[in-house]
Amino acid sequence: MTKIVRNIWVAIALAAAVLAAAPTFPAASVQAADTEVNIHNFTFAPQRTTVKAGTTVTWINDDDIPHTVASSTKLSKPLDTEDKFSFTFTTPGSYEYFCSIHPHMTGAIVVEAATGSSAAQ
Amino acid sequence: MSDSTRSDGTAGVNRRKVLECMTWAGTGVLWTIAGGMPRSMGIIGEATAAEPSGLTFLQISDSHVGFDKPANPNALGTLEEAVNKIKALPVKPSFVIHTGDITHLSKPSEFDDADRIISQARLDVHYVPGEHDVLDEEVKLYRDRYGRGTKGAGWYSFDADGVHFIGLVNVVDLKAGGLGNLGNDQLEWLEDDLKGRAASTPIVVFAHIPLWSVYPAWGWGTEDAARALDYLKRFGSVTVLNGHIHQIMQKVEGNVTFHTAMSTAFPQPAPGTAPSPGPLKVADDKLRSLLGVTDVTFKRGQQRLAIIDQPLQR
Repeated sequence: MTKIVRNIWVAIALAAAVLAAAPTFPAASVQAADTEVNIHNFTFAPQRTTVKAGTTVTWINDDDIPHTVASSTKLSKPLDTEDKFSFTFTTPGSYEYFCSIHPHMTGAIVVEAATGSSAAQ
Repeated sequence: MSDSTRSDGTAGVNRRKVLECMTWAGTGVLWTIAGGMPRSMGIIGEATAAEPSGLTFLQISDSHVGFDKPANPNALGTLEEAVNKIKALPVKPSFVIHTGDITHLSKPSEFDDADRIISQARLDVHYVPGEHDVLDEEVKLYRDRYGRGTKGAGWYSFDADGVHFIGLVNVVDLKAGGLGNLGNDQLEWLEDDLKGRAASTPIVVFAHIPLWSVYPAWGWGTEDAARALDYLKRFGSVTVLNGHIHQIMQKVEGNVTFHTAMSTAFPQPAPGTAPSPGPLKVADDKLRSLLGVTDVTFKRGQQRLAIIDQPLQR
């Protein structure tokens, strides 16, 4: 398992590098409004959120139990009470995630193109 | 419910009564094995009733060292109280089983504090990790301390007085939308570990998350436990000890008796009685009144077990 986790982190780093190198559409005046997801009573609220590309999503843990924000790639460190984790979504797509400590907790961020037109998913 | 005897729910006990009986939080369960059948002697402090012969061991669980939230601002203190009760036992147990969530956040200081307190019991302690003990990316902190001689993420078996004990890990590689997880490697190891053992060998399996579906909506179950139970079904006496849910629940299925232990740190709500699991805040003077005694009698060849619950403080 150790190895897998480490490889996943490498994968994330690579993906980030690719994204950074890729030519980006000029965000122009479209400023994505940053958004929050509250972790409360072992649920992500809202459970599903649609945002524009470039939006920074911040998860805040309101529970007295630690949670994580994870996908097939492990994203966040364990978030203790009131800890926050932020991630900026630059690429349109549907991002399913869960809490790796309590995997019955699931959520999704749907990222649309920043132009405002409905992007093909 | 005090002094009452209840069954596994197959007869004579309604759901509300069962849920009431599940809310006790406590310190530890003293187990004794006589004639090959494990019999719980009740929570430490009340374990003086019977003169045990044969193997006696203790189960503690969910000490959550480092937890300091309103449900119990001093989880280390209540662990110490539990250990003091263990030290005061008139009959010294052969060893202790800790069914995980030793720490709250897998911090080195939390592991150190837990070890400092638990070692005062001066007993061998056999651990399995809870999900709170494997929060570091490499699961290094747990394995450095407790992983010696174990396989994979920390599973192992040992024998004591003719009883075969198996410690399983069901808190790593959890899948989105799923429950506790044993994984193929561990299940193959288990099948191999059991191969060639006489069906008359009493088996005690311990793991953090319940190996039966207590309440899947809250994640209280193990995805692939059925395969493990399949390997165990030919044995005449199987006892499965779990933690994680911070309350006593029992179930008997064929030759398998399932039991979950109380936490030394904080209670959790009974399934479905709250919006979610998590630390249950009770009045300060009630926390220790939730420490309870549970006396469990296993009867060979019968599917029902008798349970007597008594609070330590009335």
